[in-house]
Amino acid sequence: MKGSTIVFYLLALLTLVCGILSVSTRQIFRAAIYLLFTLIGIAGIYFWLDYQFIAAVQIVVYVGGIVVLIIFSIFLTQQTGERLPRQKPGRKIFSALAVFCGFAFTMLQVFQHEFTGTLEEGAQPSVQNIGKLMLGTQNGGYALPFELVSMLLLAALVGCIVIAIKNKEEAK
Amino acid sequence: MTEPGLYHLLFISGALFFAGIYGFFTRRNLVTMLMSVELILNSVNLNFIAFNKYLWPGKMEGLFFTLFIIAIAAAEAAVAIAIIINVYRTHQSIDVEKAEEMKY
Repeated sequence: MKGSTIVFYLLALLTLVCGILSVSTRQIFRAAIYLLFTLIGIAGIYFWLDYQFIAAVQIVVYVGGIVVLIIFSIFLTQQTGERLPRQKPGRKIFSALAVFCGFAFTMLQVFQHEFTGTLEEGAQPSVQNIGKLMLGTQNGGYALPFELVSMLLLAALVGCIVIAIKNKEEAK
Repeated sequence: MTEPGLYHLLFISGALFFAGIYGFFTRRNLVTMLMSVELILNSVNLNFIAFNKYLWPGKMEGLFFTLFIIAIAAAEAAVAIAIIINVYRTHQSIDVEKAEEMKY
């Protein structure tokens, strides 16, 4: 067995175990930390697949941005050390059953299906090629969605400030 | 243990997706529900990258979809956390069952 295979299985194990713990633990801060390790595991899988740019973006945006944002919002809204209230057992059993059936059905379909694709070699996912395609306006370039996403980010920035701003009359 | 391929990645992303669904069903706290949504989005990203790598290695469509999904997920998380902080300010709690009326 090759070393890269062992690395892949270790990354997969880290991702899956931390992902499941993140939705099942009752301490909200631990859930955030498990989510952090899940995201790091996914970034490791991207590295393993030779998509270095996506892995770097994953670490910068998710691990460095969204998880930190989530941890700050936990600090702002939650008493630390307090456990989440216990859920009704009926709801837990029913959701686990529904999720297990959905997962089994999906995996059955996936493993029965024979995927066919092209195996032609073409553009490598290097940063140079990504940059050329990202700002290209012809031949399959992504300039228009790039500009749309920049508008969306601006709108989200303004919207966040408007939503979270404190009303002066209420504060008095 | 066999050599990892497309099916292994699809298994990981499917398991992550349904873990996120389970969290979304059972959690009643807005922050943990947001974490479940992040898990679901990440599993979709992994799917795009896996199909790009193993079925169309000469193209980069899946990679660009992943990039745009990451950008949109960042915007979505920021707006969701602003809404959560606003809900906490008006209701003193971020439990979805306690936030019953839309306008206070």
